[in-house]
Amino acid sequence: MTWVQANRDYVLDMLLQHVRLSVPAILISVLVAVLLGRIAWRWPRAGTVVLGTASLLYSVPALPLLIVIPVLLGIPLRSGLTLVVALAVYGTALLAGTAADAFRSVDERVREAAEAMGYSRAGLFWRVDLPLAVPVLLSGVRVITVSTVSLVTIGALVGIPSLGNLLTDGFQRDIRAEIVTGVVATMLLAVALDGLLVATGRLVTPWRGNVATGVTT
Amino acid sequence: MTLFGDALAWITDGAHWGGAGGIDHRILQHLLVTFAAVALAALLALPLGLLIGHTGRGRLVVVALAGAVRAVPTLGLLTLLGLALGIGIEAPLLALVALAFPSLLAGAYAGIEAADRGAVDAARALGMSEWQLLTRVEVPLGADVIVGGIRAATLQVVATATLAAYISDTGLGRYLFAGLKSRDYVQMLAGALLVAALALLLDLTMAALQRASRPTTRKVPA
Repeated sequence: MTWVQANRDYVLDMLLQHVRLSVPAILISVLVAVLLGRIAWRWPRAGTVVLGTASLLYSVPALPLLIVIPVLLGIPLRSGLTLVVALAVYGTALLAGTAADAFRSVDERVREAAEAMGYSRAGLFWRVDLPLAVPVLLSGVRVITVSTVSLVTIGALVGIPSLGNLLTDGFQRDIRAEIVTGVVATMLLAVALDGLLVATGRLVTPWRGNVATGVTT
Repeated sequence: MTLFGDALAWITDGAHWGGAGGIDHRILQHLLVTFAAVALAALLALPLGLLIGHTGRGRLVVVALAGAVRAVPTLGLLTLLGLALGIGIEAPLLALVALAFPSLLAGAYAGIEAADRGAVDAARALGMSEWQLLTRVEVPLGADVIVGGIRAATLQVVATATLAAYISDTGLGRYLFAGLKSRDYVQMLAGALLVAALALLLDLTMAALQRASRPTTRKVPA
């Protein structure tokens, strides 16, 4: 605790960096994955290719991906953009399949009823499919949120600052308290974002009542 | 883009093969650490997972554990163990075992749960013992899910074994960190490509294994 008190500003600064890297990566993942999931749901044959590519990308280890991306995109290795792109690729790869499942989970009879009521295609997507897909989609978003927050730390290995710096710095300088602080802060951030997601989920699916949300895998 | 060409040239350069720091040696090391970690974790996780699946007790613990482990930054686990155990293979190996554990456990219990309850009840009615139920009905029927867990664990471990080079002189990750330190992007990229190729190949192999272990249903002749 004394270490944290003495280095409060440094920890808070790194925490802020961590949020700046993880939140955009998560948002991009959700957007792209919903789009890909929708494509996979609408055109199953194209979907097989899309989801197959996604799972292939997912099997590329994170640190190597971090080194390949700057070469492909012509951006500096040590820029935050490199990490955001890498994490977005990961998040998308992991979430696309769940997004397709989410659209499949929507009751066909509800869609037919909405169509019969004269919903336009866009209306059907925004006001029927997407809201009803939220519960399944959210379970996937929670998984990628936790894994993204945890993965941001490896950026420290190539010089992209985050709470991961506490891990590498603590290791190099033999300060156990610093590593523990880094681990705990990273986990707390993950828990906080996860809580935010659960609360948002309740807010956008009011018809589900106060369902006890268990841990999803 | 010429960097990729340079990296490939680096990999195919005969000078980087053979000997203690050679690519072949590092690949072997990387694979050995991966298999050792998965095997050690499996020794504990598979029996436990089968027990949980068979008795149906302790499911919530498994789910919570899997979630908690996902939230722990692997680098944190590695560096903490590295400080505690010193430079050597023990710290990364222990971290990798911990990493492999939840996937194996979840795969094992989900595999047993995936077995058709009707088949299990029928086997019980035929007078099979609990042990026979497990080994002759539940495990064969859930084999592909169990192997799926082993596949997920292997993929995680082979990827994370790269990070192990940060705290110990092990595996292909060494090229990455050596390249980083000396600002040698070609060596770094070569290391990255080698790890990615190894992970892909290993995953494809495990996928084939998973398909092969899918339970087959023989048609009963009419």
